[in-house]
Amino acid sequence: MKTWVASLVGLRRDRRALWVGYALVAFVLAVLPFAIDNSIGRTWVRVLDFALLYALLALGLNIVVGFAGLLDLGYVAFYAVGAYTWALLASPQLGLHLPFWVILPLGAGVAALFGVLLGAPTLRLRGDYLAIVTLGFGEIIRIFLNNLDHPVNITNGPIGINRIDPIQIAGIDLTRNHEFFGIAFSGAHFHYYVFLMLALASMFVCIRLEDSRIGRAWIAIREDEVAAQSMGINTRNVKLLAFAMGATFGGIAGGLFSSFQGFVSPESFILLESIMVLCMVVLGGMGHVSGVVLGALLLATLPEVLRHTASPVQQQLFGKVILDPESLRMLLFGLALILVMLLRPSGLWPSPTRRREFADTKEQR
Amino acid sequence: MDIFLQQVLNGLVLGSVYALVALGYTMVYGILGLINFAHGEVVMIGAMVALTVMNAMAGMGTALPPQIVLAAAVVTAIGVCMALSFSIERVAYRPLRRAPRLAPLITAIGVSILLQNLAMLIWGRQYHTFPRIVSATPHNIGGASITDLQIIIIAVCAAIMTGLLLLVHYTRLGRAMRATAENPTVAGLMGVNINRIISATFVIGAAMGAVAGVLVAANYSIAHYSMGFTLGLKAFTAAVLGGIGNLGGAMLGGLLLGLIESIGAGYVGDLTGGFLGSHYQDVFAFLVLVLVLVLRPTGLLGERVAERA
Amino acid sequence: MSATQAALLQAHGIDKRFGGVVALSDVSLTIRQGEIYGLIGPNGAGKTTLFNVLTGLYRPDAGSFMFNGRDLIGLKPFRVAEQGIARTFQNIRLFANMSALENVMVGRHSRTRAGALAAILRSYRTMNEEQAIRRRSGELLEYVGVGRHAHALAKNLPYGDQRRLEIARALATEPRLLALDEPAAGMNATETAGLRKLLDRIRADGITILLIEHDVKLVMGLCDRVAVLDYGRKIAEGAPPEVQSDPAVIRAYLGGTLP
Repeated sequence: MKTWVASLVGLRRDRRALWVGYALVAFVLAVLPFAIDNSIGRTWVRVLDFALLYALLALGLNIVVGFAGLLDLGYVAFYAVGAYTWALLASPQLGLHLPFWVILPLGAGVAALFGVLLGAPTLRLRGDYLAIVTLGFGEIIRIFLNNLDHPVNITNGPIGINRIDPIQIAGIDLTRNHEFFGIAFSGAHFHYYVFLMLALASMFVCIRLEDSRIGRAWIAIREDEVAAQSMGINTRNVKLLAFAMGATFGGIAGGLFSSFQGFVSPESFILLESIMVLCMVVLGGMGHVSGVVLGALLLATLPEVLRHTASPVQQQLFGKVILDPESLRMLLFGLALILVMLLRPSGLWPSPTRRREFADTKEQR
Repeated sequence: MDIFLQQVLNGLVLGSVYALVALGYTMVYGILGLINFAHGEVVMIGAMVALTVMNAMAGMGTALPPQIVLAAAVVTAIGVCMALSFSIERVAYRPLRRAPRLAPLITAIGVSILLQNLAMLIWGRQYHTFPRIVSATPHNIGGASITDLQIIIIAVCAAIMTGLLLLVHYTRLGRAMRATAENPTVAGLMGVNINRIISATFVIGAAMGAVAGVLVAANYSIAHYSMGFTLGLKAFTAAVLGGIGNLGGAMLGGLLLGLIESIGAGYVGDLTGGFLGSHYQDVFAFLVLVLVLVLRPTGLLGERVAERA
Repeated sequence: MSATQAALLQAHGIDKRFGGVVALSDVSLTIRQGEIYGLIGPNGAGKTTLFNVLTGLYRPDAGSFMFNGRDLIGLKPFRVAEQGIARTFQNIRLFANMSALENVMVGRHSRTRAGALAAILRSYRTMNEEQAIRRRSGELLEYVGVGRHAHALAKNLPYGDQRRLEIARALATEPRLLALDEPAAGMNATETAGLRKLLDRIRADGITILLIEHDVKLVMGLCDRVAVLDYGRKIAEGAPPEVQSDPAVIRAYLGGTLP
């Protein structure tokens, strides 16, 4: 493994080799949906699409938790806000049908606003209290979404909003199948490319943020807030910025989710989702952009993998299904969180500095 | 006025249970600075274990009086919960005592998820009926009704809390607990076995939680694998409301929260002209939490958290 | 060291209580531009508390203090830093998991401007600013003598170098007053001599220094003037030789007359 990495590092020095590498990766990413479609089936392309959405969420939460060190247990609230903003502005619910290039920024803006509203009074609380407050906020949002169907029906309550408009680019409905240059693209394919572009753009943004004056300020706050303040950092505003940026990512992901699924209900925004995204960040490698994307892709596809393997395997071994995939998934989540924190707290793919940070703590025990 | 008294009585019942569970959270937070997310699930497991024992004994066809059955069930539940909590602390929390703050928090969430889903596997997703041991005939007090069971709940909680206060203030163990909560390093230097005290704290909290679980299940005649989570969250809110780490604060906070929830749920419809209904009850707890933390983070009676070396 | 130098910082009547404990009582002092001013006194006298008041970490219960013509009472710590007071901490508060260079780069925060948008777009101006930050930080590391550790994690630096790094980070904020809380604590004689040379150099470069120290030799040899605190009150102020022989000061350190 080490020599393979070393040879890759050697490749980095050769600029031409680097570009060849990039081209290769780009090619693989471009044909991936077709490869999956033709081998394991269309459902898995949709799974990949959702996984990319989760990657967006994980990147957003990574700014809050990984960079700035603020534990947010209610991140799903911003996802919900983005999703319902889209649903309300592009469905029969309120009779509005605004185009996607209006709603998406609007959803992001509303989510950012909620981020600031939530953050302003709470970001000065210490870590565990902030965690509980954000958890409470996530639940409050869900309860309101669930109950705002009377006396005035805004969110349609537990039933949710359906018949949500899909993304339409140049008159082409992205949820339908179309043919270009003789190749058949399905809705899942289109959304794959849209989500992939956004995920890559988000990674780009995060990488740039990390290595910047703001990124350093976030990490400084995470390390020692008092010292950071004394060095001239307006910690309140900088923390709010992290929160707002995380919320924006969540809001964008939410809007995309709405249009992709065509339907939203409060059920999609339960506490478990917040914890799942946190898992993705922690398991993947807190603070490491590539790591959290890996975490997101793994954890988002895991339920599907389990669904397709757990039941048949158990049938084979025991003659019946003892653990249904859903319970199995949750059991594994819980176990994974505990084991990772005990054995490899820096995550599966940590950034080099983070691994050192946790390693030295281990030595002190 | 009738409804007000009724809401107050309901609130006291609810609040007593919150107080009992809140004590578990507050004791652990006072010593370790850790929110023991798993505590709510331990409470739930107390209820489920008691239920299982009662059903098993009924199934065996014995002619034991129901009070004995209940006692056996409660004792078993307490035993199981104590063992469970002890193991959790040893396996999941102790190795992380020196880790950065985020780590034990995440582990606690993991334990909570694990326990909830194990319970679901063992006891299934359905709502189980909790047997009615105590009569449910209501007594009339000034226009409001209260059942024997509810009186028992309040009495049992009060008795246990008194017992805890006596333990903490008049026994050697209690003194050691208070010292550890104050400053673990110095307590250790004075000869206190910190690990044992911490385990004791978890175990005592779990025992109280088990009883609380049985009481809640008896009150609503239902036991379900998801009953621990919201209860736990609200109990933690109560602990923060009263002042985290502060025993008196947990009790006060529990009672207050129960009252706020009950009265709020009763009147919120009138207050908001029908806009918000009583299904917003859960929101009250969260709102209280947010308000307390933003306006008075140390709680009503002041917090007492250990100085971490 | 002339008496006609302008006053840079004037604190007047500072009170600070914590519950029933009086940490500071009617403390006034004046620090002149370009001098090295020492703050000494027995443990618990309130020296760090005064520091915390002057740097915005605590809000005093009474009193005022003017810095560079501006009233700084009640300002948040980051504003105080913007105004030109930078500090180090008694217990060293470096950003442990950032490199030495990054620690100093953080110090440049209040003197630079690039926000989130600039970070993402990386315009020509932003990149120039980043390069300037990096260059200046490297210079400061060399200036204090830890240039060779630029890329090591701050927590892995030897103790003496950590103290110097903290000074470099404080200098990065372009302060007019550098407030050092026991910078020589835990240092041996050689390290202390090196520190003294560094502080002389800093003063020669135009920065005023306020210093809490227990090392008597360092204080006497380095400081132009010294104030002595005891139980929250200022009991003496003046040039080191005067203060050293002041009976009140001797009493404070030795605890009353012997029987």
